[in-house]
Parts: sequence; structure tokens; C-alpha cells
Amino acid sequence: MNGVRRRFTVPQRILHWLMAVCILAMLFIGVGMVSTVMPKYLTLVSIHKPLGIAILFLALVRLAVRLAYGAPPLPVDLPEPMKLAAHLSHYAFYVLMIGMPLIGWGMLSAAAYPVVLFGGVHLPAILPLSDSVHTLLWNAHFYLAFAFFALILLHVGAALFHALVRRDGVFEAMAPVSTHDAVVPAE
Amino acid sequence: MLQPHRPPARSVFGSLLLIAVVLGASAAAFAYTAGWLSPQRLTANKMVDALTPPDVNPAGHRRNHAKGICFTGIFEANGAGSALSQAQVFSRGQYPALGRFNIATPDPNAPDATVRVRGLGLRISTPDGQQWRTAMIDAPVFPVSTPQAFYELLLASGSKDPNAMKAFAGAHPEFAAFGAWATSAPWTGSYAEERFNSLNSFIFVDNSGAEHAVRWSLLPAAQPVSVSPDDLAKRGPDVLEQEITERVHSGPQHWTMVVTVANPGDPTADPSKAWPEDRRAIEVGTLTVQQIEPERDGPCRDINFDPTVLPAGIHTSDDPFPAARSSAYAKSYDRRTAEVQDYPYTTTGAKP
Repeated sequence: MNGVRRRFTVPQRILHWLMAVCILAMLFIGVGMVSTVMPKYLTLVSIHKPLGIAILFLALVRLAVRLAYGAPPLPVDLPEPMKLAAHLSHYAFYVLMIGMPLIGWGMLSAAAYPVVLFGGVHLPAILPLSDSVHTLLWNAHFYLAFAFFALILLHVGAALFHALVRRDGVFEAMAPVSTHDAVVPAE
Repeated sequence: MLQPHRPPARSVFGSLLLIAVVLGASAAAFAYTAGWLSPQRLTANKMVDALTPPDVNPAGHRRNHAKGICFTGIFEANGAGSALSQAQVFSRGQYPALGRFNIATPDPNAPDATVRVRGLGLRISTPDGQQWRTAMIDAPVFPVSTPQAFYELLLASGSKDPNAMKAFAGAHPEFAAFGAWATSAPWTGSYAEERFNSLNSFIFVDNSGAEHAVRWSLLPAAQPVSVSPDDLAKRGPDVLEQEITERVHSGPQHWTMVVTVANPGDPTADPSKAWPEDRRAIEVGTLTVQQIEPERDGPCRDINFDPTVLPAGIHTSDDPFPAARSSAYAKSYDRRTAEVQDYPYTTTGAKP
């Protein structure tokens, strides 16, 4: 074995699966809270805001870890369009993981809503009160949420395709536990 | 390099089927959560849609309490509220207040004498960075017990069926108390003579962590002078805004903030039920309105008086309305801030 890593590092895998849970919860809480006027609306909103800030924090840590450790190479026999899709989707994930919380924070700021985290901690406004900025960010937050969920479906589909059909080690690179049976070294 | 195991074709089909099932089930769960599979779910969109009658164009305005005027002033706490809540707003001191007098109509051009219910939105800010927002009305009780019933009330009052309101009142006996107030209580000719009530119950948390179920009211310093709606109509369609502007110009107007504490067993979850008169009531401070500004350029226009924006030391109770109001107010805010081009600005260069 040479120095090329086949799997993401342990911190990267921990961050990936932790954030997967957080982001999926975030998207379901988001569409759920805007579809009800019942008391759970307040509960969901009170989770949505701090969880978004937590995702922003984790995404920045993850970006730093990614820049430090990089990613294992994709299989050399992976067709170019799939390679391109893999790279672009990863850029899209980072843009959304960092962008969505900032858009949400900015949107609340532009409407002069307080941003309250757990324990009553208040975050400062990052934008001044502005109806037009609020509307712009509201639309971005709304439509990008659905784009984010679609991207996740694509990601899950691709991961399962690698795991079950191509069996090329791409899924195993991020799998939470080692499944080295699925990949054999070249002879 | 890696030598992938290529699975047989049948297994490929099975795998693709499995992938399709996983993605389909995920998308279905998302759609269910978003309410797309539950058309009867009461959403903020439905609630806000039901507020607007077909002959009213609300674009750019709040979807209810659409007509109003901004004020600024001071809330001076006397310190007595600190026994009930640890919120800084009850510590003795002066805190800036921003608010809006309004009438409860979806029509931004409604003549003042045609609207029975009047309201006051208020935001008090404290140096610790916290805010207390509340939106109150002058009725002593809310018309209905639940947000669902409020939605049904909106549908009934907008219905073409002449028996719709009678049927609604029959199905919602709690409506009678509000109805009695609406038909018999005297009208006044001034926002300054109105008592405004939170109606919803909230929980105050004191320094020991003990919780107290409360409602609050603003009691006017000005003596109410009753006027018939007909006489009020003769004073003009915008009499309330003109009157309060002149009145505050000649001198600040005051209200006493009174917090009423529930006894165990009092109906905190139902704003259509008043609490008995003998409940402990504590004067916690005075609201002084110092300046009136037209809404269109005023500081209240782009503020959502969401009654769930509360400082630490106040939180919501088992009353289901603050959540429903928060949800519907946010929807109203999202819509009207997206409609600035429809808002009737008259001052050149005020806002885009």
C-alpha cells in the first residue's frame, strides 16, 4: 500500500454523518414548520434556528478539514461525466451548507427578528432592516431548501449506485464503518 | 488500483429497484412533512388567505389589522413585575417602546367607524438585547377558543350562505361572550381612551424559577368618552389616526401596564374565557406614547408584532393562539414585504 488514502479520515467521516443527520432534520423541520399553525410550529422554529447555526459552524470546520486532508481519489474507470457530477455536487454541498444558514440568518436580520439560540443566547443582526433584502433572501432560502433536498436525493442515489451496482469503493470511502470486503486490492 | 466486483444483471436490477424505493420513500416523507399530502392541514397560507375578503386588495399591507399608525415612546417599569418575571423589562427603569395603533380589518382603506375591534402592537427593547413584542386588542375576550375555530369563523364571515354565521355561532357557544361585547360595549373616539388586552396567556418565570400564568392589559390614563359609531363616522374615515396624532402632539399619552395572575385551574389555554375579576393584578409600569408617525414612513411598518418574540423570563403557555399568530403573522409579513411596489408611498424617495 502506498500513501494514497482510500477512505476519508475519521474526522471527515464523523462530520459527514453527523451533518447528514443535522441537515436532513433541518430540511424536514423547515418544510414541516411552515406547513402548520399548531403549537409545534414554535417548537420547530426554536430548533430550526440554533440547528442552522450549528450546521454553519460544522460546515466551516468541515471545510477546513477537507482543505487539510483532501479526499480520496475517485476510481480511475469512473466515466468523466460522473466524475464531473461528483465534483460539482460536492461544491454545491459546501455552498449550501454554508450559504443556507447565512441566508436564514440574514433573512431574519433583514426583518428585525431576533435570532435566539438555545439558552436564550442572541446573535447579532448581520443585515439592516430591509423589506426588499428580506424578500430576496426569503425566496433564496425557500427555493434553495428544495434544491438542497433534491441534491441530497441525488447524492444518496449516487452513493447507493456506487455501493450496490458499481461496487467501486466510493461508498466505502465515506461509510461509517469499514466494509473492506466490498473492495479487493488489485492483483 | 481497485478491481471492482461487477454484479450480475439480475442483481443490478434489484439494486436499482432498491435505490428507487429509497429515494421515492424519502421524497414521499418530505412531501408528507411539507403538508402536500394533507390538504386539510391548517397552514399559515390558508389562514392568511381566509383573512382577505374577495373585494379587498391587501397588497403591501398587513393581512389583518391592515390600517394603523406608528408610535414611539417609553415603557417605564416600576419594578413590581420583577416578583413575577426575571425579564429585564420589569426591572425599574425606562425602556424604548415602538408600536402601532390599528383597527382589526383586512382592508387598509376601511373607514374607522366601520371596524369594531381596535388593537395595539408593541415592542419594548431592553439593554440586554432582548425584546418583548405583543399585539393586543380592546375586546375583553377573544371570539373563539382555538385557531381552527378562528379559521372557521373567517370562512363563515366570508361565506355567501346567509346562515353561515348563525351555524358558526351555534357550533361555537364561546362566541357569545365576544358577540355580547361587540354589540353592547360603548365605542370611543380615540385610541388613547382604549384599554388593550393580551387575551392570550403567557408564563412568567421569576428569579427562583417559579412559573406564573399571566395575561396583561394596558389601561388608559385618559377617561373614555363614549361615542356612537354613527357620530364617529361623521368625523371622517381616518378620525382615529388624526385624533391620536393631534392628541399626542399636544401631550404624551399614558397607559398603565397591568399583569393579571391566574389562579390554579383558570382557563389559560382558552382566550375566549375571561378570568374572574378578583384575580391578583399587579401594575408593572407605564407606557408613554410620545410621538406619532404615519405608517408609510414610520418605524413600525416593517416590524412584525409577533407575540412569541419574548424576553427570557416570559414564554408561551398552553394557549394555542400565540403559535398560530406567529405563524400567520410571519406569512403576512413575508407577503407584504414582497409587495412593496403595491404599498402606497407618498413621500418621494422614502423607500424603494
